[in-house]
Amino acid sequence: MAESLFSVRSLRVTVPDMTRKPLFGPAPRLEILGGVSFDVARGAVLGIVGGSGSGKTTLGRALVRLIEPSAGGILFDGRDITHLDDAAMRPLRRRIQMIFQDPMSSLNPRLTVGRIIAAPLGARAGDPRVAEALDQVGLPQSFARRYPHELSGGQRQRVGIARAVAMRPDFILADEIVSGLDVSTQAQVLNLLSRLVSDLGLTLAFISHDLSVIRRLCDRVLVMRAGVIVEDATAAQAFEHPSHDYTRELLAAIPTPDPSVRWGRPPAKAGEMSAASRKP
Amino acid sequence: MSVFLSVRNLSVRLRNTRERLLRSVDIDVPAGAVCGLVGESGAGKSMIGKAVLGVLPRAAEVVEGEIFLDGEDLLAMSPDRRRKAIGAKAALIPQDPMTALNPSRKIGPQITDRLVDILGWPKAGAFSRAQEVLSEVRIPEPERVMRLYPHELSGGMRQRVLIASAFAAEPKLIVADEPTTALDVTVQKQILQLIAELQARHGTALLFVTHDLGVVAKICDRLSVLYAGLVVEDTSVEDFFAAPDHAYSAALLAATPRHDAPESSLLPVPQDVIDAVRGQVAAVDAGWVPAQGRRHG
Repeated sequence: MAESLFSVRSLRVTVPDMTRKPLFGPAPRLEILGGVSFDVARGAVLGIVGGSGSGKTTLGRALVRLIEPSAGGILFDGRDITHLDDAAMRPLRRRIQMIFQDPMSSLNPRLTVGRIIAAPLGARAGDPRVAEALDQVGLPQSFARRYPHELSGGQRQRVGIARAVAMRPDFILADEIVSGLDVSTQAQVLNLLSRLVSDLGLTLAFISHDLSVIRRLCDRVLVMRAGVIVEDATAAQAFEHPSHDYTRELLAAIPTPDPSVRWGRPPAKAGEMSAASRKP
Repeated sequence: MSVFLSVRNLSVRLRNTRERLLRSVDIDVPAGAVCGLVGESGAGKSMIGKAVLGVLPRAAEVVEGEIFLDGEDLLAMSPDRRRKAIGAKAALIPQDPMTALNPSRKIGPQITDRLVDILGWPKAGAFSRAQEVLSEVRIPEPERVMRLYPHELSGGMRQRVLIASAFAAEPKLIVADEPTTALDVTVQKQILQLIAELQARHGTALLFVTHDLGVVAKICDRLSVLYAGLVVEDTSVEDFFAAPDHAYSAALLAATPRHDAPESSLLPVPQDVIDAVRGQVAAVDAGWVPAQGRRHG
């Protein structure tokens, strides 16, 4: 598959289980990822979904080499990066960017927005690439002089996106980046991401616990459970003809804004209710 | 059905800046009904629940209004009587099961303390009642769980404990403040079904605070949509999802992603709608229009 940007084979991640560590000697290993294999096609938007503790964040972090895999292999653009050391990874880091969940903790509160975006470029806040990135995420140029605490949640998340796209990456990993936002802001950020992906030819991996968001944004879905991939399909397939029971269970648990299917009991009759709610 | 909770013309503001948090809010919760309070963060939905339970933050004060609980005006009572009246008739299901339980005390006493110390139940009666409600929320081996500490339970189990605790004294009103936002989607469904089932079985009135219109559609009978402390729409769930009346609530619904309609475009709330609802808030503050003009359905 020459078209794959990422190719992951039997990737395993284990961590020492400190709760069961004997007084002397090494702790037993706890398996977080139990051998996952998948490909990310160039230009694809891949959704990674699962419950808490399913390993979706660990998978993302192993993919961008923030966590050392204990077995298996990762090919990035045809090159084996599984165990590259920091110095060898460095030239690739520009091409692999991340957007984080909580912009309040991933944006330095003491730097202006301009300097935050310029820092990874090794440039000054006045660099034209900073202006271009602000423009791409729909923030006015005056924001370069502001500090993160002066911005709203959605604006901060745009700064995080601007910092990533300013590097002109091939690949962006977005980990739960809309989960703290109100629906309207969430819609703005999702629309922005879709536009950037098609305008800049990005490849995106989008980690979320929210299937409705994944359905909107992604063309392929990995459903994770207990450290393994239980479903790997196109978004349309996974949502309309899920092959695994767990995917079906997740889909059935989404609260769709449709009162005709109720959880518990049918709504009280509108007539009874209005009679009851008349002012005393 | 009689109205069990009736909030009338309630205005709350910050003590120091006088910034208004709630603007002449009217809300009715009939006995045994589920009413949703929806809005974006900062809209004041939790503030209403806090006012009803008499636990407004120190920085906030009631400017005017009445809160009738079972026909009695809570705000006209002495603080001591108010506390007793609320304690006997209402309870809270809090948002975060991680912080709402005391980590250094066992589950059992955390449920029975309130019954014994505040409501004056005998100890044995409180103990058996705790067992009963824990099994009602489908916690296996309630007697064993009562001897465990919160950290020994999963998030979903902790939320069940808090639900059991809320229902323990058979309150007539429960305020649920985003009780499932910290939970996985599959656990969320179980917990919401459980709350809806207990609510229906005991005929408890439920004031359900949430930011998720999907959750409202699943369990509420009525809903009030808030913007900047102003109720912009107050209607039945069926009417709302068929056709929202206010432009802002319609826009909020259009911004909610749906997995079953992926082709429909996801629309952020348009700026002109925000400008219009801000204008409405300003007009209410200036006294030009009543806060809740339209009530229907």
